[in-house]
Amino acid sequence: MEDLDNLNIETRLLLEAIFQKYGYDFRDYSWAAIKRRIRHRCRASGLSNISEMQHKILYQTDFFEKILLDLTINVTEMFRDPHFYRVLRQNVIRELKDEPFLKVWHAGCSTGEEAYSMAILLKEEGLYDKTQIYATDVNESVLQEAKEGIFPLQRMKLFTRNYLQAGGKESFSDYYTASYESAIVDKSLRNRIVFANHNLVTDGVFGEMHIIICRNVLIYFNKKLRNRVLGLFTDSLADKGFLCLGTKESILFSGYANRFTESFPVEKIYRKNEPVN
Amino acid sequence: MPVSKRYEAVVIGVSAGGMNALKVILSQLPAHFGMALVIVQHRSHQSDDFLAHYLDGFSPLSVKEVDELEYIQAGVAYIAPANYHLFIEEDKTFSFSLDGPVNYARPSIDVLFEAAADAFGPKLIGLVLTGANNDGSIGLCRIKEQGGLAIVQDPDTAEVSEMPRAALEMADVDHVLQLEEIADVLARLDKE
Ligand SMILES: C[S@@+](CC[C@H](N)C(=O)[O-])C[C@H]1O[C@@H](n2cnc3c(N)ncnc32)[C@H](O)[C@@H]1O
Repeated sequence: MEDLDNLNIETRLLLEAIFQKYGYDFRDYSWAAIKRRIRHRCRASGLSNISEMQHKILYQTDFFEKILLDLTINVTEMFRDPHFYRVLRQNVIRELKDEPFLKVWHAGCSTGEEAYSMAILLKEEGLYDKTQIYATDVNESVLQEAKEGIFPLQRMKLFTRNYLQAGGKESFSDYYTASYESAIVDKSLRNRIVFANHNLVTDGVFGEMHIIICRNVLIYFNKKLRNRVLGLFTDSLADKGFLCLGTKESILFSGYANRFTESFPVEKIYRKNEPVN
Repeated sequence: MPVSKRYEAVVIGVSAGGMNALKVILSQLPAHFGMALVIVQHRSHQSDDFLAHYLDGFSPLSVKEVDELEYIQAGVAYIAPANYHLFIEEDKTFSFSLDGPVNYARPSIDVLFEAAADAFGPKLIGLVLTGANNDGSIGLCRIKEQGGLAIVQDPDTAEVSEMPRAALEMADVDHVLQLEEIADVLARLDKE
């Protein structure tokens, strides 16, 4: 039988070791999920306890890389939650059409599907050429994949369905070239996106954004860390800029709720208020 | 919640046949029931909160889908939203994750049960109902390990027997009950 107190202590020490050795800070991630992932990786690796695992993490960098993938859940898809993208197109992007220049930040972009979906929307709305998209993530290996813009061909079925449900009107297959088992994203969708490493726990503000999209990332953070990150977003947004969160995320329980107006409660789209003075 | 209570929460795992089973239990619980109920029902990942609304109409308790960061309250039945794993944190708030499916399911019963066992220790009751897979068995073991109570619906009378049978084989179960008895037993345990 596992002793719960020891398990908690060992897991905390492990996160501390990862932070000191590799600089990744998971100490304020949602605890229950972190604990589960670590316990599972420990068992799957045939290790008898977490302290043994800590030793392996400290001395074997390739083992740590595996843990890193466990701890940063990277699942994503193009036009994930199609109704969100429908509202994004109709009520956010069109709202911004008269801006001379648009800046969009995807925080926690994973392998890039979300940023490419945004590029498609902007293109179809005729705003792409005056937009700069910043797509950031803490995990270097997903960023590399994002930059390449090559996805398994079999995923295109789902992405096409999502695209159509999101109100897409063009032929989705025009946005990629199929080559063997891969779909290569059209070059034109890549030239306004900059992929970069940015850690929401430790790194700073990205200035004057019109739209910040951070979906399915805050769910992994505890209250304190969410609050930090929402502060970072508030400071990075232009006045009347839009903040888009995931279906199960909101700004309600944070210290920043009063800085925003809830534009679309179901789609979790908030608009930053103009300063009062 | 008063600290002195023997049990503070019931976690319920249910799959195929769950709609009816939940309806029977939730409609028979007393209005002043003093524990929180947290329910994982396997369903399509696109489902909305229909299930919670539907069950709310039959139960003297309030039935709702979980909101993020919400504190668990006694006398409320919480339904896990479709497509997310549901966790309970040490401070008795809920959290979600999009980690991959466990036992082909998200939300997974094992995931909820294991987190709840850690959060509530001996003050937890785990209940496995009708279903066609073996999700929940490992979680039920974890609940027992932490000193909680395990209840399983009698497989012979369950709409689908596989899930309760798997739980019985794996965990050291305290009570095997017919569907119609469950609410009564929970109400009695609530008074302990
Ligand atoms: C579930 S994915 C979400 C992808 C996409 N936004 C979506 O909703 O489909 C979560 C992403 O957040 C990233 N992430 C986790 N912690 C982070 C941090 N501290 N800073 C930046 N990104 C982080 C992970 O690497 C992962 O790619």
